[in-house]
Amino acid sequence: MLLIHCPYCDEQRAELEFAYAGEAHIARPDDPAAMSDEDWQYYLFVRANPRGRHHERWRHTHGCGRFFNAVRDTLSDKFEVTYKAGEPRR
Amino acid sequence: MSGFRLPQCGRIDRSRPVSFSFDGTVYQGYAGDTLASALLANGVMLLGRSFKYHRPRGVLGAGSEEPNALVSVTRGPGRFTPNLRATGVEIYGGLTASSQNRWPSLKTDLGAINDRLGMFLPAGFYNKTFMWPRSFWERLYEPAIRRMAGLGEAPTEIDPDHYGATYAHCDLLIVGAGPAGIDAALEASATSKRVILIDEQDEPGGGALADPALWPWLEESLKDLAAAPNITVLSRTTAFGYYHDNFIGAVERLTDHLPHPAAGLREKLWRIRAGEVILAQGAIERPLVFAGNDVPGVMLASAARTFLHRYGVAVGKRVALMAAHDSGWLDIFALARAGVAVAGIIDVRESVAAPLLTEAEQLGLTIHLGHSVIDVHGRLAVKGVTIARNNGAAAARLACDALLMAGGWTPSVHLWSHSKGSLAWRDELGAYVPDRANEQTRCVGACSGKWNFGSGLVLDALPTPRDPARIKAFVDFQNDVTARDIRLAVREGFKSIEHIKRYTTTGMATDQGKTSNLNGLQIASTALGLPVVDIGLTTFRPPYTPQTFGALAGHAKDALFQPTRKTTIDGWAEENGAVFELVAQWRRARYFPKAGEDMHAAVNRECRAVRASVGIFDASTLGKIEVVGPDAAEFLNRMYTNPWKALEPGRCRYGLLLKEDGFITDDGVSARLAPDRFHLTTTTGGAARVLNMMEDYLQTEWPDLNVWLTSTTEQWAVIALQGPLARKLLEPLVSGIDLSEQAFPHMAIREGTICGVPTRLFRVSFTGELGFEINVPAAYGRALWERLMADGAAYDITPYGTETMHVLRAEKGFIIVGQDTDGTVTPYDAGLDWAVGKKKPDFVGKRSLARPDIAAAGRKQLVGLLTDDPADVLEEGAQIVADPAQAIPMTMLGHVTSSYWSETLGRSIAFALVAGGQGRLGETLHIPMPDKVVTAKVSGMVFYDPAGARLNV
Ligand SMILES: [Zn+2]
Repeated sequence: MLLIHCPYCDEQRAELEFAYAGEAHIARPDDPAAMSDEDWQYYLFVRANPRGRHHERWRHTHGCGRFFNAVRDTLSDKFEVTYKAGEPRR
Repeated sequence: MSGFRLPQCGRIDRSRPVSFSFDGTVYQGYAGDTLASALLANGVMLLGRSFKYHRPRGVLGAGSEEPNALVSVTRGPGRFTPNLRATGVEIYGGLTASSQNRWPSLKTDLGAINDRLGMFLPAGFYNKTFMWPRSFWERLYEPAIRRMAGLGEAPTEIDPDHYGATYAHCDLLIVGAGPAGIDAALEASATSKRVILIDEQDEPGGGALADPALWPWLEESLKDLAAAPNITVLSRTTAFGYYHDNFIGAVERLTDHLPHPAAGLREKLWRIRAGEVILAQGAIERPLVFAGNDVPGVMLASAARTFLHRYGVAVGKRVALMAAHDSGWLDIFALARAGVAVAGIIDVRESVAAPLLTEAEQLGLTIHLGHSVIDVHGRLAVKGVTIARNNGAAAARLACDALLMAGGWTPSVHLWSHSKGSLAWRDELGAYVPDRANEQTRCVGACSGKWNFGSGLVLDALPTPRDPARIKAFVDFQNDVTARDIRLAVREGFKSIEHIKRYTTTGMATDQGKTSNLNGLQIASTALGLPVVDIGLTTFRPPYTPQTFGALAGHAKDALFQPTRKTTIDGWAEENGAVFELVAQWRRARYFPKAGEDMHAAVNRECRAVRASVGIFDASTLGKIEVVGPDAAEFLNRMYTNPWKALEPGRCRYGLLLKEDGFITDDGVSARLAPDRFHLTTTTGGAARVLNMMEDYLQTEWPDLNVWLTSTTEQWAVIALQGPLARKLLEPLVSGIDLSEQAFPHMAIREGTICGVPTRLFRVSFTGELGFEINVPAAYGRALWERLMADGAAYDITPYGTETMHVLRAEKGFIIVGQDTDGTVTPYDAGLDWAVGKKKPDFVGKRSLARPDIAAAGRKQLVGLLTDDPADVLEEGAQIVADPAQAIPMTMLGHVTSSYWSETLGRSIAFALVAGGQGRLGETLHIPMPDKVVTAKVSGMVFYDPAGARLNV
């Protein structure tokens, strides 16, 4: 069970307080209607799935309830950093 | 007692004799014995039959690495545990153990015919022979194989024991209380660290327990540890898994070693989070690979020393040693000094260190350097061995009743590997040792590859002049895999150890190859002509040793498996005979049978009452979210498919929620209480999911919106009052709200009081009748319900459950998200075009509704189905075809999603998802069932009062 640092609570807590929420920094397009089918398909379904550094979202579901971003190494399962939603990509 | 118990040595308590039984025979041992040591003391060498060949097997090791001596222990009804290692079962008065995998008896096992047929049972035999036809597997091969090959029987009764669980946190966790672990704990005792030291055995000490010279040190050290306030020592506790961020799972066995019935928990699961972990798990001695290395009486040299010093048991009266490593010499010296006769020392090496030779000579032991055992005589027990000059002809036959094997040592890197620490190969050890850590952890002592047992020769198998294809030299004792099997796998083209492992099953038994993996690797390496490091290493996974399901489940079973959510009205339903069903985690009244009624009769009566007078329904489980803030309407407008900004306070609206992919995920009626306040409802099962989804958009996509979301599901009790007489019943109880049709129309909300209690009163209907949903603070739910029941008696008020609710809503064509939709249904597929705000520039899922696949023809669409025979009620889930005479497999058009007997209409009704369904109105389709084919016509979904006349009264 991972230990995860919530950047809002500023606490390192057990994974069971959190819920995974998919890849990070995939912003909803401002004007979906203007997008081609292909671009919209990429936005909906295509994810990076990297071997190594992965930007991903978590929610402190059983804590403060906030969504935040994290960089985790998918090989070692180690978190490099967690940071608040809206902050630039690390 | 026979003469295998030595007069003095051992740590057993000779003042406390213990009687126990094995296979029905009663034996005597002492407190401190394991089942293995006590049986060996009684001269019992035969403890089990092997997995595949049913070969007689004895004890190979003395600890948790034991692959052979698996037994079953029964502690009374429901307390039957198979596959326990006899070397880890502590004896107590009345212990009842039995051997496994034999019939009719351990000594005469008919399954042993497999051993004679061994030539015909090579690696992959089952895969090759029983391939075809498939039906033979189920009826013939598998039952026969299951009878012949196997471990212990699975218990059949419910486990009556209780299991506990706890979390623990410490600065330092030390796994293994041998000398290295104890030293680490002593060092930490001087610090302020909180330390937990865990050990799987009944007493701490590890290897020191088999070395009397260390006993004074051990005693002192344990005293010091007991006195240290910061150190907790857990014995009989197995660290079975090492998970992320120094999270270790361990099971403490509390009562299995006590006479039963013993009070308290049987086992306790420890979930330990440690700042730092020190692994001091020691090393496991390797067997040597030669013909007959599994005859009872052939065992690890270190095990013989443990039986001698720890339990005071000589494993034989005349013992020989087959060594490739110095450590075995030290073990046989210990036996010799204790007075055990030694038949000889055979060492495959041409030369060994001079001090060993000197000591052997002083003890008068015969030495055969450059020799190997090429055969073991005896079937149920060792009677002697034949040795040969390496690769030469047979040289001599030595009489002995036990043969010790010293094949070198394998560091126990199991937990290290769980933690994803890397390993490095060490040629001189013939083993992998810990390399780079992935967690805050390190290995100390023998599990790091450091030991003082001397050195040895690493080899795949002992040299033999015999035809290697005609001998059984075992590598994996538990799964009965021989060196020949591994070589065969290589000849058949397997190159990776991962494949060789799966093909031969080597290392795949319950011991995970603790004694066999490295020998298997060496044999594969030789056969392939590749270095060991080039053929890979299989991965160790938790658990280190098998653990009980009970310990892992703990209290999470039966009623405590998951919480049952109950509304405040649930107690009334229970007292009034409701039959319940679980919806999500809620317990909901399904129907309220009167005396003599089955479900069908009860539901029909409930349906008639709602349509004729008034019904009352507990709708408290509906998900509820309070949406508040200046941007609340804008937010809902973006989330839901339909427009929300123009909704006036005091009005309600049906909301349809899609995911961004365009598929329906939830729905519900919501009300605007004020310009900046909405009372949302969601499906019973969708409440948490919807709140999470809305929070996601609010926090991460539109953080500029000033909106707050609060779950209020459990704050409100909701009573649905439905039927033509609902207003009459309600009116006298409500103050501050004009209930007239003009003042309070359908799809409106008013706030006031009912029976003096504040209420949010919805005028809504999921039944098609005049209806109200009365929200009151949850604590008042039951009191209000009882008042309505009392006052409603005059109107024939009838409580109804979810089954009637389902029938009534289906008569009106209302869908249930999750029953009539399945995550691939768009609003258009569901016939809900009217709920999509086509003029809205955007909402969640809108863009996807224009994707080519979503707009394509032939999608499955929701339609009504009316069976040609009105008495036929279709089965939900039944498949639908156009032509029932077509060849199998038929082209299926879709399936029935909802189906009921409609009492109101006097016939069956159904919904179905059908390919191109909305274009098939009036078409006859077929539903093949096991006993007949049902025909039905495609129809619209509103079966009752399509104009809605009954609502607006
Ligand atoms: Zn938090």
